[in-house]
Amino acid sequence: MLKAERTVLTTCPYCGVGCGLNLHVRQNNLVRVTGDFDSPVNRGNLCVKGRFGYDFIYHPARITTPLIRREIGNREPPPAGADARSLFREATWDEALDLVADRLAVIRAESGPDALACFACAKATNEDNYLMQKLFRQIVGTNNVDHCTRLCHAASVVALQQAIGSSAMSNAASEVVESDVFIVTGSNTAETHPIIALQMKQGVHSRGAKLIVVDPRRVEMVEHAALWLQQRPGTDVPVFSAMAHVILEEGLANREFIARRTEAFDEFAASMKAFTPEYAERISGVPAEKIRQAARMFATAKNAAIYWALGIPEHTHGVDNALSLVNLGLLCGHVGRVGTGLNPLRGQNNVQGASDAGAMPWHYPGYQAADDPQVQAKFAEAWGFAPPARRGLTTPEIVGAAGRGEVRALFVMGENPMMSEPNLNHTAECMAKLEFLIVQDLFINETGALADVILPASAWAEKDGTFTNTDRRVQRVRKAVEPPGQARSDWEIIADLAGRLAGRVGRDVHSAPHAGWSYKHPGEILSEMGELVPEYRGVTYDRLEQDGLQWPVTDETHPGTPFLFADTFPRGRAKFHPLQYRPALEKADAEYPFILTTGRVLYHWHGGTMTRHSKLDEVYPEALIEVNPADGGRLGVRDGDPVRVTSRRGTLVVRAHITERVGEGVVFMAFHFVEAAANLLTSDALDPQAKIPGYKVSAVRVEAAPGMLLETEHFAAATSAIESRTRRT
Amino acid sequence: MIKPEREVRTICPYCGVGCSLFLHIKDDRIVRVTGDFEGAANHGNLCVKGRFGIDFVHAPDRLLAPLIRRDGKLIAADWDTALTEVVQRMAAIRREHGPESIAFLTSAKCTNEENYLLQKIARGVIGSSHVDHCARL
Repeated sequence: MLKAERTVLTTCPYCGVGCGLNLHVRQNNLVRVTGDFDSPVNRGNLCVKGRFGYDFIYHPARITTPLIRREIGNREPPPAGADARSLFREATWDEALDLVADRLAVIRAESGPDALACFACAKATNEDNYLMQKLFRQIVGTNNVDHCTRLCHAASVVALQQAIGSSAMSNAASEVVESDVFIVTGSNTAETHPIIALQMKQGVHSRGAKLIVVDPRRVEMVEHAALWLQQRPGTDVPVFSAMAHVILEEGLANREFIARRTEAFDEFAASMKAFTPEYAERISGVPAEKIRQAARMFATAKNAAIYWALGIPEHTHGVDNALSLVNLGLLCGHVGRVGTGLNPLRGQNNVQGASDAGAMPWHYPGYQAADDPQVQAKFAEAWGFAPPARRGLTTPEIVGAAGRGEVRALFVMGENPMMSEPNLNHTAECMAKLEFLIVQDLFINETGALADVILPASAWAEKDGTFTNTDRRVQRVRKAVEPPGQARSDWEIIADLAGRLAGRVGRDVHSAPHAGWSYKHPGEILSEMGELVPEYRGVTYDRLEQDGLQWPVTDETHPGTPFLFADTFPRGRAKFHPLQYRPALEKADAEYPFILTTGRVLYHWHGGTMTRHSKLDEVYPEALIEVNPADGGRLGVRDGDPVRVTSRRGTLVVRAHITERVGEGVVFMAFHFVEAAANLLTSDALDPQAKIPGYKVSAVRVEAAPGMLLETEHFAAATSAIESRTRRT
Repeated sequence: MIKPEREVRTICPYCGVGCSLFLHIKDDRIVRVTGDFEGAANHGNLCVKGRFGIDFVHAPDRLLAPLIRRDGKLIAADWDTALTEVVQRMAAIRREHGPESIAFLTSAKCTNEENYLLQKIARGVIGSSHVDHCARL
């Protein structure tokens, strides 16, 4: 085994848990990763991605120089057999950044600042994201800044902002061992937040906590649950509202908490009358008796918590789903103490931080409303300029506006919308209409293949910065090795571009205290953000050396805040919301009889830019569609057979995995694999408030496709990777 | 997480793979075990027994003193008393019934050195060839 010369403590680049990693370095090479035993987040534990998934940084397909498309604006794919790289020529940084600045300035002059937009990045640091939104707000002059939070917890954010006034996890994830009862819903925690799942299992097996899983799939956490409520996709509001109905009917509500800490209770309680468990059973398929048991278990617990992931927000009624959970927590007073809380598990390593840093069209850094003239004035004073006080476009709206020619230029930092947006055929048509597309990434991914300019960025092990994890812990990211070739840190690229663009659009970067762009180190960027964001005021690099700090950190001596809302809510009293059942906009019918729901697997990450360039891809190399055995029998499809899956928007061929992990009438696919990209099938219908797509409910047809040949060894590897983690079903 | 004072490199006590371990020690207690990346057998990897199965060392029902059965009950004794009892009983049985009346079961969980010594007592001191261990099974 190679002996490391030194180890560098940093934070994992995969999920929102934020595990502490030791990078073992020898001769500028990352030779090994081990878990940090002193990290309060993971205490030495790591999942397979954190432990082994770092090798993508050495993949030969890394881009190491700026690239310029040979025919700018021509978005045709490369000729058959040719690699996407053949569409590009190498360029110097000066040539590439001057071209970007020239084109952005021209389009801005012709069509105004709102003809430009950017996708910031939940994998990049707080500092990268702060600078990206500053570039677009201060220099370009638009609020058209969003990132994949829109496709993730946008509906949870809207619901929590309405009901409470703060949208992050209320409690530290490690507090789950203090819960007597906890609900996990819409979360395949064991695969998507593995180290939080470890602590959940510890709560169940070592502390005797009772786990209630509410999920359409028999996910691994079901094996540890006291109760499993298997609802049909899209019927969360009836299930959780029926629990509230039972709690109200049986006098189990926490009247003292409701009177002292909440408002709008009567209207909410009246709306719950219709949600009898029998009514909920008819809609959701969950037996009424199980709903009663879950309600009593949750209401009578001393300390109970709710954890949820994207199965809740990714619906055309995602805000209602999240509100049904908030209502339930408030009804029992399970908020504001250790081991309780309303806990949306954030997916990406830094989706919390990118949101905190203001990479959102409705919010400046720190969730300060972009359409509030006072907030606008505050940032105009700090930066010398701020865009008009109105909301910018969200990611799906940016894609739509590109299709109509309203957004003419798009800057994508580290995201892969050509895999992650819903309805990819439509997304591709819209992206093709862009006049100028800039992509900043590690590889030429599906989005980069369409770009006019590709800027080579640094991976997490090659730069300094901070990530903010799912429970609001700001942690250091440390440079361990040099980036390859001419690749640069995202923050350095943005700052360089800002200088070039400022001159071209006539913006004075010396006009205000924070107007400038001459950062020497990312620590200076975080300090600037702290000046403008009260929750980050006391977060400085010298205080983040070991454990990080959980915001709010209101001054230099504040110790951070493990759990929120002990005495009050940001909006004063928390607000109940009356609800009614609204079915998903997408409906099954005779032509499309199955409901497709999507998600992730342990071994892969989102659009695959990282893990599909890692040895992890050999462990789980192929997309699968999970089909219930009864449905498989009716379709004449056996385990491993290829099937054609068709929705109202697209079609693909994928191998079937026959398993009772899904119920009858429901099929499941992960969205990591371009060879069978699940988002070809998903719907781009949006939640009306949060603008999040309803990924979790798409009507599809499944047919045997016996002529289609796929790699059999890939199927064997992928299914054995699944079966090794779950009992054979 | 507890910070260890020192780490000791050793071999796993469980299976025949022979993984190399680091025992992390604080206040004379093993607080953690990690795999040794230089270990030729395991290259840093460990199974759940090697990684977490060390807590028996500190179990409250560990034997802490020699025990001698008196009137059907096991009574704690000091080493001199216990070893003297063993020597006297063995010597008496050997005198009455000969060396082959005494047998020894050694242990596949003990070290080479310990096994070598016990068979040496059997063969060289007692004069019995009745020495075996669980390799037979």
